Amino acid sequence: MAYSEKVLDHYENPRNVGQLDENSKNVGTGMVGAPACGDVMRLQIQVNDQGIIEDAKFKTYGCGSAIASSSLLTEWVKGRHLDDAEQIRNTEIAEELALPPVKIHCSVLAEDAIKTAVRDVRAKQAS
Amino acid sequence: MNLPIYLDYASTTPVDPAVAEKMMEFMTPAGHFGNPASRSHMFGWQAEAAVEDARQDVATLIGADPREIVWTSGATEANNLAIKGCAHFNQRKGKHIITSRIEHKAVLDTCRQLEREGFEVTYLDPDSSGLIQPEMVAEAIREDTTVVSIMHVNNELGTLNDISAIGKICRENKVFFHVDAAQSAGKAAIDVEAMFVDMMSFSAHKIYGPKGIGALFVRRKPRVRIEAQMHGGGHERGMRSGTLPTHQIVGMGQAFKIGFETLAAETARIEALRTRLWEGVTDMDEVHLNGSEHQHVPGIVNISFAFVEGESLMMSLRDLAVSSGSACTSASLEPSYVLRALGLNDEMAHSSIRFSIGRYTTEADIDAAIAQVRVAVEKLRLLSPLWDMFKAGIDLSTVQWSAH
Repeated sequence: MAYSEKVLDHYENPRNVGQLDENSKNVGTGMVGAPACGDVMRLQIQVNDQGIIEDAKFKTYGCGSAIASSSLLTEWVKGRHLDDAEQIRNTEIAEELALPPVKIHCSVLAEDAIKTAVRDVRAKQAS
Repeated sequence: MNLPIYLDYASTTPVDPAVAEKMMEFMTPAGHFGNPASRSHMFGWQAEAAVEDARQDVATLIGADPREIVWTSGATEANNLAIKGCAHFNQRKGKHIITSRIEHKAVLDTCRQLEREGFEVTYLDPDSSGLIQPEMVAEAIREDTTVVSIMHVNNELGTLNDISAIGKICRENKVFFHVDAAQSAGKAAIDVEAMFVDMMSFSAHKIYGPKGIGALFVRRKPRVRIEAQMHGGGHERGMRSGTLPTHQIVGMGQAFKIGFETLAAETARIEALRTRLWEGVTDMDEVHLNGSEHQHVPGIVNISFAFVEGESLMMSLRDLAVSSGSACTSASLEPSYVLRALGLNDEMAHSSIRFSIGRYTTEADIDAAIAQVRVAVEKLRLLSPLWDMFKAGIDLSTVQWSAH
């Protein structure tokens, strides 16, 4: 199967690979997917007191499209407010990366990842 | 070295130049283009003689009589003809068939079709190394069993079943025994007498012959009768009608002839390449061989690189033509049914790569493959949250995953 230029670029040069301190109060973690399905994404965001995402890191086990979807997502969420970040739709990711129909689930997973991460950091800050 | 490096010989092989050259003699006006069924002139006689020579070459490789070879369009058709043909012919005796879960789809889907027609099929589970043990077959045979179909070599794992032992059990129980030998012809010794095989399927393109041609061995003594699936001019003693494709057939004959002559030397050479490949990657953490360490053909090596997904690994290995047990592209997201049948967890199945080595593979090819695999696995593990968890001592099977 042929990959789009953008998928290849993110795959070859993934942005923001890494890990943030999971226990920190201003870090939210979204771990989604399952090894059995062939994709696991871990997306982490670090927010300031205004709810702006200052940093984002990811690691992904999965196909090239899954890696590219999560890499792109980290670029998109940086500098955005939590309210704004959770509005990101999988269709925007799929469109940006020109994902073929069989790979749409990768973008769905990325949407789940940011939603889960936002929920996580909100829960931490509320407690 | 030519890039990309072809390490997918189990999927198909290039046609040996000597085979292609021979095929060329049977197509053009200057060549022997006649219809082998034309009995009234020289054109037909020459084509018929060439077809019969090729039949002999195929028979020689497997220790059969040339009259026991039926040409087909490939191993898929041979499997259909053998299983449906034998099951239908013997349906008054019984309607039970035995096969295994790791057969090629050409066998499994044929059995599914028979189930729709009212036959009952038992699917044997392989052991954890991918082998079908003879006693599994013995235990599954019933009064109404008519056909057992077990592959010689598994296409994903390279595992080599003990066909002689299974054949003996079938013969003792008066059950017809079919073997899919698409992956073993020219790669492992075959003797249909010693192996008690009643029907055996072959493909030319897995053994440096052309695509679109195969054969079915159908035993004469004791006689095995099958119902034709393709009706027409009564070619191939009524078992498979259709004008014989002379050029394809001579190509297959030549390929089997070369396969016979080079079997021993090539097996040793490829075994050495296999060992070189395995030793080149096995010192990395969490690298597992799928299949049997001892009972295999050397040309197929299936390896799981844990915590790395197979499709992304292949993406990194752009200069290698290999295949993966991961099925990320399929709608179901299900990995290889063969690897799952071994009891491998899905994660390990998703992490598998099949390397298949063949006639034109060199040591330099293997060394280049090793180097690329090592770089790619390392890169992807640094990207893998599962690798982090493994390194942190977390047992992944205890994690609550959100399946999607």
